[in-house]
Amino acid sequence: MLEVKDLTARYGRAQILNGVSLQVGGNEVVALLGRNGAGKTTTMKCIMGLVHQKAGEITYDGVSILGKPSHAICRLGIGYVPEERRIFGDLTVEENLEVGDRPARPDAPEWTRAHLFELFPNLAERRRNLGKQLSGGEQQMLTIARTLMGNPRVVLLDEPSEGIAPVIVEQMARVIKELKAEGLAVLLSEQNLHFARAVADRACIIEKGTLRYEGGFADLDAHPEISQQYLAV
Amino acid sequence: MGFYVAQLLTGLANASSLFLIACGLSIIFGVTRIVNFAHGSFYMVGAYLAYSIVALFPDSILGFWGGVIAAALIVGLLGLIVEMTILRRIYHAPELFQLVATFGVLLIIQDMTLAIWGAADKLGPRAPGLDSAVRIMGEPIPEYDLALILIGPAVLAGIWLVFHRTRWGVLVRAATQDREMVGALGVNQAWLFSAAFVLGAALAGLGGAIQIPREAVSLQMDLSVIGDAFVVVVIGGMGSVSGAFVAAVLISVLNAFAILVFPQISIVLPFVVMAVVLIVRPYGLFGKEGSGHGAPTEPEQPLRLLSSRATLVLMALVFALAASPVVVSDFASILLVDVMVATLFAVSLHFMMGLGGMVSFGHAAYFGVGAYGAAMASNYLGLPMMPAMIVGPLAAAAAALFFGWFCVRLSGVYLAMLTLAAAQILWGVTFQSQAYTGGDDGILGIWPAAWASSDQAYFYVAFVLCIGGIWFLRRVAHSPFGYGLRGIRDSDVRAEAIGMDVKFHQWMGFALAGTMAGVAGVVFAFSKGSVFPDVLGIAQSVDGLIMVLLGGIHALAGPILGAGVFVLIEDWVSRLDYWRFIFGMIILGVVLLAPDGVAGGVDRLLRALGLRREGQA
Repeated sequence: MLEVKDLTARYGRAQILNGVSLQVGGNEVVALLGRNGAGKTTTMKCIMGLVHQKAGEITYDGVSILGKPSHAICRLGIGYVPEERRIFGDLTVEENLEVGDRPARPDAPEWTRAHLFELFPNLAERRRNLGKQLSGGEQQMLTIARTLMGNPRVVLLDEPSEGIAPVIVEQMARVIKELKAEGLAVLLSEQNLHFARAVADRACIIEKGTLRYEGGFADLDAHPEISQQYLAV
Repeated sequence: MGFYVAQLLTGLANASSLFLIACGLSIIFGVTRIVNFAHGSFYMVGAYLAYSIVALFPDSILGFWGGVIAAALIVGLLGLIVEMTILRRIYHAPELFQLVATFGVLLIIQDMTLAIWGAADKLGPRAPGLDSAVRIMGEPIPEYDLALILIGPAVLAGIWLVFHRTRWGVLVRAATQDREMVGALGVNQAWLFSAAFVLGAALAGLGGAIQIPREAVSLQMDLSVIGDAFVVVVIGGMGSVSGAFVAAVLISVLNAFAILVFPQISIVLPFVVMAVVLIVRPYGLFGKEGSGHGAPTEPEQPLRLLSSRATLVLMALVFALAASPVVVSDFASILLVDVMVATLFAVSLHFMMGLGGMVSFGHAAYFGVGAYGAAMASNYLGLPMMPAMIVGPLAAAAAALFFGWFCVRLSGVYLAMLTLAAAQILWGVTFQSQAYTGGDDGILGIWPAAWASSDQAYFYVAFVLCIGGIWFLRRVAHSPFGYGLRGIRDSDVRAEAIGMDVKFHQWMGFALAGTMAGVAGVVFAFSKGSVFPDVLGIAQSVDGLIMVLLGGIHALAGPILGAGVFVLIEDWVSRLDYWRFIFGMIILGVVLLAPDGVAGGVDRLLRALGLRREGQA
């Protein structure tokens, strides 16, 4: 459904991606693995139209989205959850959700505030609090809930387990499984192989802006030298 | 007691109009990050429109208020046209482009207003039904002032409701924090920006329209209000509507009482308050540090020393310039002095902006202090030309050291605003110290020494000082100090981490740029024989910005080309009718068509001709 082919990208003179190719199927969870600075976030930003200097092919449902503005990409059904969360600190939890709100689409599950508050009970309690008053874990939930308000078919989740308490990481894993159960596709960027294995169907490993491995976790476990070479720190 | 209450009420009435303009400016900045110089024009057009519409319905209460609102709506429409035709194309351009583009809009609107309404001031009618005064504690208070006191908070409440109770308002507040993320959540920013701009413009139009019973409608309204509006926005915090209200009330009420003690203070008071607030709270009373999110900026190209061939070409050009008064007419040598003065001024501004990363909206301050320093030394101390030429830059250096110390404590648009404040303070002091500076009449009769009194001889004086100054700034740019400045511009955190005293470096860079602007001012003063407060004004500062922009900010040669082109265009255009309109159009043309300036254009030409290799800067 989402297909990236020979994607290159740079910031000014610094080349970040040197030809990344990957696909995400209709109801698939794909983990994009790699070390810090490997190009995971840039790949996601390219898909979302947030990087301007890029080339290659990005198609969604067979239609090219390369070069489209990010709001148009979102409206096609691609939701983006940024790594730094980027919640609106001066807006309340409910107002944050309001910003993400988009009309329902026939090909994707519709998320209501009630449903999201069920999925993230902490947010329900804090619905009148400002975004900046939330804890890190609550902010991470809010940023996912805000993206789901747009009723996406594919969610790009950038490092959801980064910098939050272990108990919240478990909750994140449950949320990702819930998204799959609802019929969504997820592209998840991760540094943590264990977390990725717990939630994803397939793995893509990138290093220095190039795709190094694509396949199942069983293969990856059978060849520990791959993860040793590209993921170990 | 009653007298003081009356002053308080007058201050509050003044605050309303100021708040309307400033909150429009603040909303526009918050959402689009554009510092809109043309905002004063919207205010002025609002006043003219209200004057004309209200005149159609004499003595009708409905006609008056209907006219005021219609004027605001038409100004909103004008804002929409400006946003869609011009600003929409330059949202991703550096802030300097946006600022200069809105200044172009200001010039165009000024001449269009002149063409439609003429040069004479217009006296508006009194508001029907509110045309008498009531006695409060024995003092007569105009009823209309009381109405104004209510309008400010009413508009504030209205905006608050829109921002907190409508989806559009929530999106505007979200975009003020992180507009890229709002786009990634499916909101079309172009539409949001247009709407914010229309609202901001309409509020400025309303601010102008409600002033017609209180002050004459004139062509000076745009620039006279914009300084105060900037100040209010900065004190309140860029993007904060309630901050703008508090700041408008603070400034207006302080002003109402301060003029009792010291009548001349009203020109400088807002800027003094702003300087104090920014030093205590660098982002204003209610402002926050802007989100760092957005497109990553392209790293600056390293500067390279010229190749030997380029040096030869440059030497030839300099030699041609030096030889020119021998071969050309007196008039051209006078024009060439203007070019050299403008060039040194532009190069010094570029030194501060391009190398130091400190954008200044008030560089004319140091040019003007240099000019006045020399003029006053020559007139009051009776110094001959040469010693007076030393006094000028020293005065400019002192002013730059004083104001620079405050400015380098800030960064980005706040730093730029404080430089504007510094320039306005100096302008105000100069304008009002009639006894020393001649006030509006300026200082006349500053002529060069006898040996330098011919145009040719003075040309060589200007040549030595200006070309010498430019050469000196270039040397500094390639010295360790210059490397330090550029390092700080690219990453102040890393520069600090390797042990550089960042603030001190910037302070010294600021002072050096100011001193060299002072040298330009001195040469200017003796070439014209007189100085007027204009040399310290906003227009002079913006001229410098336009020169830097015309040349392109990325190359050292940029300001040299830019200043040359600017002076030649100005010399030609300013003899025409409606030259502001033409000049504004030229500015917009450059901003929209040649975003890397004249130097960038020449650079592309050289590459196309194979004279310069790819990647060389």
